[in-house]
Amino acid sequence: MHVHNYEKLWLGASLLLIVGFISTIVYGAAGAGITMVNDEGGQVNPKELGNTSGFDDPGVTKVGPNEYEVHIVALQFAFQPGTVELPANSTVTFYVTSRDVVHGFEVAGTNANTMVIPGEVSQITVEFDEPGEYGIVCHEYCGAGHHSMAAELIVREPSNFTMQDDTQTPTSGNETTNATATPTGGESA
Amino acid sequence: MSTPGETAGETVESAREMLPDNSFLIQYPHVSRVVRSLFLTAFVAFGIGAFMGVLQALHRTGIARIVESADYYTFLTLHGVLLAIVFTIFFLAGVFTWANTRSLDRPPVSKRFTWFWVVTMSAGTAMAGIAMLAGLLPSIDISADVLFTFYAPLQAHPIFYIGLAVFVIGTWLAGIDWFRQFLAWRREHPDERIPLQSFMVLTTMIMWFIATLGVAVEVVVFLIPWSLGIMPAPNPLLTRTLFWFFGHPIVYFWLMPAYLLWYTVLPKIAGGRLFSDPLARVVFVLFLLLSTPVGIHHQYLDPGIAEGFKFIAMTNTMFLLLPSLLTAFTVVASIEHGARQRGGTGYFGWLKALPWRDPAFTGMALAGLMFAAGGFSGMVNAGMNINYLVHNTLWVPGHFHLTVGTAVALSFMAGAYWLVPRITGRKLYSRPIGLFQVVLWFVGMVFMSAAMHRGGLAGIPRRTAEPQYPQVAFETVAGSVGSLRLQLAFGGVLLFVSALLFLMNVGLTAMNNKPARGLDSALPPALSGPEQSPTVLDNLKLWALIAVVLVILAYSLPLYSIVQGAGLYPAGQEASPAVIAPLLEVIA
Repeated sequence: MHVHNYEKLWLGASLLLIVGFISTIVYGAAGAGITMVNDEGGQVNPKELGNTSGFDDPGVTKVGPNEYEVHIVALQFAFQPGTVELPANSTVTFYVTSRDVVHGFEVAGTNANTMVIPGEVSQITVEFDEPGEYGIVCHEYCGAGHHSMAAELIVREPSNFTMQDDTQTPTSGNETTNATATPTGGESA
Repeated sequence: MSTPGETAGETVESAREMLPDNSFLIQYPHVSRVVRSLFLTAFVAFGIGAFMGVLQALHRTGIARIVESADYYTFLTLHGVLLAIVFTIFFLAGVFTWANTRSLDRPPVSKRFTWFWVVTMSAGTAMAGIAMLAGLLPSIDISADVLFTFYAPLQAHPIFYIGLAVFVIGTWLAGIDWFRQFLAWRREHPDERIPLQSFMVLTTMIMWFIATLGVAVEVVVFLIPWSLGIMPAPNPLLTRTLFWFFGHPIVYFWLMPAYLLWYTVLPKIAGGRLFSDPLARVVFVLFLLLSTPVGIHHQYLDPGIAEGFKFIAMTNTMFLLLPSLLTAFTVVASIEHGARQRGGTGYFGWLKALPWRDPAFTGMALAGLMFAAGGFSGMVNAGMNINYLVHNTLWVPGHFHLTVGTAVALSFMAGAYWLVPRITGRKLYSRPIGLFQVVLWFVGMVFMSAAMHRGGLAGIPRRTAEPQYPQVAFETVAGSVGSLRLQLAFGGVLLFVSALLFLMNVGLTAMNNKPARGLDSALPPALSGPEQSPTVLDNLKLWALIAVVLVILAYSLPLYSIVQGAGLYPAGQEASPAVIAPLLEVIA
């Protein structure tokens, strides 16, 4: 097959670009340690969340010296709890599920972001380095009141932070860090 | 399209006799009628969809809220379905019917069969359209406020799903029609290479047959029985995955007719010839192979799917960039050849020799330029871990308004300026209005899409009637959120004005009594012809087989593990809005 020399050159450069793109992703995964939301969260019955450990009393649980778990239930048209408080310099694992339809969970301006699917638990681990106030929005259309579905996340100085519900029952250790939440603007108070 | 010697009193009928014998309208009056009727549906859908678009641009930015925010989602559903399904696919059907007939130089085998699929596609569209529009009337207990993606357990009225199924069957029949036309040609030309345009039509349709299996199973096996109350709610992750099995390749279904125009029509308008026929074939084969086994890249942030499957989809997606990069080379080289035939010289000086006053040329050139920008913003979405920052934010519609909203839609409008005179025999009503209109689309999209991309980086979500929350302060990298809103709305208004000018120009062309001139339907041969490529490229069975194997490799394990996880009908799933209990549960 006849391929013009310039075409060959372009083809080579294109392949190089593609391999370059893939390398950036591999670097993000292996170097920066950003892992994907995956199937570790397991499955739940969306109608039985009241009897499901963690989701029966959604909110923050301390599981280690600087480690916290946050269980969040998404429903039409709110997040439970509506306010989450965490200390800075902590590693936090969110477990998010839905009681009804497909929702989204996004800490605006950060890369803490996941789909929320009824029956599945989304598990994401993030680090909060600096104090600040963040908005949490539902980013998947979930019905006529979708635009009112939001919550807030307050990251406090560790000295200002007190656990509301201090049940020191470590469940499982956090293995992976899959996203780093950093404020994009200067909103850290 | 104007030539000297045109007299004022000339009518289309008297002029038709003066059309060259090889003009499409004279050779294939019946096929021309079919294409006209397909284009009519496409343009009506385009007009309504564009109106919904400007309503949204003004609503979500808070500039003018004409409808209730709860109804916003009905308008958004209509916008998505009418533009991304009806406009694009009816236009595709028109272009493919024209291209297959022109390049095989024979009409479809049966007029009755052709009209049968046109009617089937139209009937499906009407059913889904009624379900969506009824959502605006509270007195009627029918709605389909489920957006373009119709994720269960959000539920639409059964007539919406049935309409979609009927529409897809219509597209399958259209594909069968084009294959029958090809096979009839093959019997008369057993040893010839498949003509290029027909090759493009056939490879695209094989891709479509494979891709639509996902949505067919989703709708027919799960959603229709569920919405009728016969079966319980399906596994939402499974139906999402089946949707995206179809939802990514449909992107290439939109794009392939635009590519067909760029490869075969654009070089002719530019005054030149296609640079390489073999490379064009390679590109279409690559799209056939790689379009489907990538759908999971829409589900990077879905729970319940292992990271490895996402990584495979990511790698395939990146390689899908290759055929588009090859296209960029071939199309630019073909245009440059045209410019040099027209007397252009220099490294970049040849650009001045191009027919920039022709809206068909300028529209397609600007569409191609914007596709380059859209391709790179798409690479950010495709970058699995970078995608965390932009997933489901305004960045995403910013991206696809560059691709389907400009690369495809603007190429279709530009293509219509070239094609409509050829299927009506009527002169384009106004070239200056056409030129202004395509440039206006480009400018409007620069404003709207740039604002959307930047808003997305600030975390502003997509698909939201009022992205203004008491709990959330969006921080932009540069400029204020208020200025982004103004920019988005301004761009949206320009786009709507452009759409109206297009519809007016095409409508007046259809009623124009001045005859079109110079409608030679022949396309110049490529500089490197098909004889320079191996015949294996034309072995459609082989490519179809490899495409199926790649799909099985990419999807069998993820689908298996999703069904293993929560099952086909997991407990506790309930339709929203709430409907009657599924029949089986009532019995049980």
